[in-house]
Amino acid sequence: MENQTVTPSELKTEEFVVNIGPQHPATHGVLRVEVTLDGETVKDVLPHLGYIHRGIEKMTESLGYKQSIFLTSRMDYLSAHINNHLCALAIEKAAQIEVPARAKAIRIIMDELQRLTSHELWWGSCAMDIGAVTPFFLGFRDRERILELFEQNTGNRLTMSYIIPGGVMNDVRPDFVPKLKALLKSIKDYRKEYDQLITGNYIFQHRTQGIGVLSKEQAISLGCTGPTARASGLSCDIRKLYPYDGYEKLDFKEVIDYGCDNWARYVVRMEEMSQSIHIIEQLLDNLPTGDYRTKLKGVLKLPAGEYYQRVESARGELGVYIVSDGGAKPYRMKFRTPCYSNLGAVKPISVGMKIADLMANMATIDLVIPDMDR
Amino acid sequence: MIKEELKQYLEQTFPSAKVDETFDFPVLFLTKEELIPVMKQLRDAPETKFNFLFCETAVDRNPEFEMVYHLTSTYYHHDMMVKVILEDRENPEIESVYSVWEAADLYEDEIYDLFGIRFTNHPNLRRIFLTDEWVGYPLRKDYQDDRIISL
Repeated sequence: MENQTVTPSELKTEEFVVNIGPQHPATHGVLRVEVTLDGETVKDVLPHLGYIHRGIEKMTESLGYKQSIFLTSRMDYLSAHINNHLCALAIEKAAQIEVPARAKAIRIIMDELQRLTSHELWWGSCAMDIGAVTPFFLGFRDRERILELFEQNTGNRLTMSYIIPGGVMNDVRPDFVPKLKALLKSIKDYRKEYDQLITGNYIFQHRTQGIGVLSKEQAISLGCTGPTARASGLSCDIRKLYPYDGYEKLDFKEVIDYGCDNWARYVVRMEEMSQSIHIIEQLLDNLPTGDYRTKLKGVLKLPAGEYYQRVESARGELGVYIVSDGGAKPYRMKFRTPCYSNLGAVKPISVGMKIADLMANMATIDLVIPDMDR
Repeated sequence: MIKEELKQYLEQTFPSAKVDETFDFPVLFLTKEELIPVMKQLRDAPETKFNFLFCETAVDRNPEFEMVYHLTSTYYHHDMMVKVILEDRENPEIESVYSVWEAADLYEDEIYDLFGIRFTNHPNLRRIFLTDEWVGYPLRKDYQDDRIISL
């Protein structure tokens, strides 16, 4: 048998390409990721978008400013309130519309509830991508209770279009505050369950700690924002840096972690949920009374010029760049969406890791596909 | 630096370039040739430290194109805009800022896809949303498509 002595170093390996998606549970929508593999090691990651591209930016050019609010709900459907809020703020700034205090408070409550729903869903799907199925059901169970509250007060569960220029679409129901108080209490109880089930889980910690390291320099160069960047030690919370609608009066912490890995991104999002609850609690007891919106003219025209407005969505900095020619329709409306620039981080943090870690990386960056495709 | 200070600083530092302002940010107008060196200078100069490209897009000002770069600094948290006018409508071309900020990779893919502006020295320029066979560039003002139905 002397002719069969081949040592492993002499064996040739061959790279091959695996397409993950477009219909794959780990891509959370219709994203196709072309992964070049050498054995199980990731060599290259190339995302392909466009499966849900609707041309929202083109559509806004033929719609009025008020109508474009309804398109923004469809961008990042997991944080529809925040998208509406962005568009409303930009229009109010340009047209110099005053917003009543009650509307501002309701907007912030809705934004933070939306952040809670988004992070709860993320918590479930992140754990599922890594291999634990139960959290997926728990995350949806808790999110459902907030969605019910949305439905009672805004009429819709997912694409609310509730925050409009000048205030909010309609006042909240009289039983909104007591119901929300009961809800927050139960969310706090459930949070303990989350920690018992996943945060302290030995397997989960091993799958995330030290995996998918994104340095602060890389995060800055790649344009990452939101929890993804804050887990790398970059202070980028728009609510703190460029406060809007009264965030400057509220007491909350900007959650920053210096771990840079998947675990740090997990910890940042979990802590952000506590901060959201804390923000809502401050507003609930003294919700201002009065009007819930300013009456506006039927057709809104913005003065000619260029405007940029940003808000902190559940995934990072969401911005809108409006170019107005003084008419009733925007000349150009560009949405700067957080997921699109965060997507750039998937390749640098995954190359050299195993394919199973790629799933964990994509899960903790929290990609929402309609937000990227627009 | 606040907006007025930054505007003054830009006027002093780049006397040959036009400086304007929008509602939010000061705007620096550059030519295609001076884009990369000036961007690197803005990124590295200790007074400005514009190290974060948070938005890059184009506007079709029919007939010319306007490239718009939104910059911010993670040190000072001040913002500005840089604009480059591209006169050539048939074959618009500009150098990629990928060498300055990696974020430009995806941003420029999108602009190439929807405006048809080519970027030289871009690592992987491709039509990221639409198919490779798609005719025309949808965000141009003169884009024609029979399938568009006006309500």
